[in-house]
Amino acid sequence: MIKNILNLGDAALYCDFGSDVNQEINSNVIKYFYHIKKLNLKGIINLTPSYNKLIISYDLNIHSFLSLKNKIENLEIEDNNKTKKNLIKIPVCCDNNFALDIERIENKLKLKSEIILEKFFSKNYFCYMTGFVAGMPFLGDLNQEMRLKRLETPRVKVPKGSVGITEQFCNIYSFETPGGWNILGNTPQNIFDSSNQSNPNLVNPGDTIKFYRITIDQYNEIKR
Amino acid sequence: MKSKDRNYFKVLRAGINTTYQDLGRNNLHHIGIPFSGAMDKRNFQLLNSILQNDDNSPVIEFAYQGPHLKYFGKNIFFCISGNVSFKIITKDGAINGNCYQSYLLKNGDEVDIHSTNKSVYGYFSINGTFGVDYYWGSCSINTQAQIGPNNGNKFSKDLEIEIIDINNSFNKRKLDHLGGTIENIRVIKGTNYDYFSKSSQNEFFKESFKITKLSDRMGMRLQGPKIENIVDPNIKSEGLVKGVIQITSAGDPIIMLSDHGTIGGYPKIATVISADYDRLVQLTPGSNIKFKDVSLEDAETLYKLYQMETNNLISQIK
Repeated sequence: MIKNILNLGDAALYCDFGSDVNQEINSNVIKYFYHIKKLNLKGIINLTPSYNKLIISYDLNIHSFLSLKNKIENLEIEDNNKTKKNLIKIPVCCDNNFALDIERIENKLKLKSEIILEKFFSKNYFCYMTGFVAGMPFLGDLNQEMRLKRLETPRVKVPKGSVGITEQFCNIYSFETPGGWNILGNTPQNIFDSSNQSNPNLVNPGDTIKFYRITIDQYNEIKR
Repeated sequence: MKSKDRNYFKVLRAGINTTYQDLGRNNLHHIGIPFSGAMDKRNFQLLNSILQNDDNSPVIEFAYQGPHLKYFGKNIFFCISGNVSFKIITKDGAINGNCYQSYLLKNGDEVDIHSTNKSVYGYFSINGTFGVDYYWGSCSINTQAQIGPNNGNKFSKDLEIEIIDINNSFNKRKLDHLGGTIENIRVIKGTNYDYFSKSSQNEFFKESFKITKLSDRMGMRLQGPKIENIVDPNIKSEGLVKGVIQITSAGDPIIMLSDHGTIGGYPKIATVISADYDRLVQLTPGSNIKFKDVSLEDAETLYKLYQMETNNLISQIK
């Protein structure tokens, strides 16, 4: 299932699962990720799964590239999909104060905002990966007619909880951070809980997300 | 705790970017939490060895200008590693201190860490343990992600640094060591090396790049000849490791350092080898660097040699 393993510098394996971004390839990445994580191999510093790659960084005092590559290549990954898939429901308010880019999205997609939101909320989304900042999920895929490029000039500060779209993906800003995605709403739900040391992320790779729309009153109620 | 039993430092001046650091957080990249940890691992290791602390004991890392600390409590020793100018102020007057050498501190004494010399990071610790909280197995402060003790923030004036344990059997120790800098940074070609034009590939290894002021614990931005991308200025976002050199859309290199974001979407032209990382992070803005291409096998050997050198230094501590 891994097409090729290269080195990324002198202390990481670059496992290449292909160049396309789709759920089949990504599911393979996630399968390897969970399998290797469970093995708890000594000297592994980080496993970083993404759309179609898995980076494995290691302690050079314990492994060398060739020996670890050999080990990973010979792993027997169960093909039956045993990784449990959670369905997570996340409330989103699309009040004007939160839908920062709704006009831009209307103009680019040539659709009315109500149609855009209807399409957005009608689908379940798959979590390809989390990261960049703690807990941020990268979700997909948006319908073809919902796809647009990121902002020409990224925002210096995207408010925490913002829900954004770009190309085939949507995400949730788990922290206030710079960013260039088109923001269409905001969730009152905490996406990253640093007091939860064992599982701080609300959404994990492989999970399915169902967004549902709430009013500003409901938003304030949850936030309280 | 009764106040007469307390041993602590009061921060009179915080310094520019003063934080607790240890060896960092492992195996959290998949949820977006960076590695962090002391930037210069050799100086971290030497400091804990001189002070006879555990390998992963917390230390105080500072950049450019360090903190000014006043001590309250029973006698302890402290030591500073790096290339740092500092003064020890007692009621008998002030003396200049040397790095890699332990000094006694008594109740009311002060340590004033003026600056790092021709380097960025310095380290301060004691023959004992600071009272810090652990987050995912590490006390490293990541100010960008606001993770770690002190609410993930750098030190500020009037902070009190608690000491929870003092090793009473410790006696004076030191190491004669000057440290060193490098101008040539050795790298391994990256996974997107062929995204760049032949002439840019040549320039990358021939020309000098200047370290800009836009450098911190997350990354080091460089300025030099623009690197021409002939394929695509973006890749599908994928994992990063420290030392990766990405080329931004504007054609400038940026080197990922210990607090880097876990994934990124710029093509990777090269990665700094592990043996050169500690010395890379110590290069100050304004310095010029040149990249030198080495093979993976050479990089692995160079790292072993580098570790042997560190162990050799540790064995010379008296």
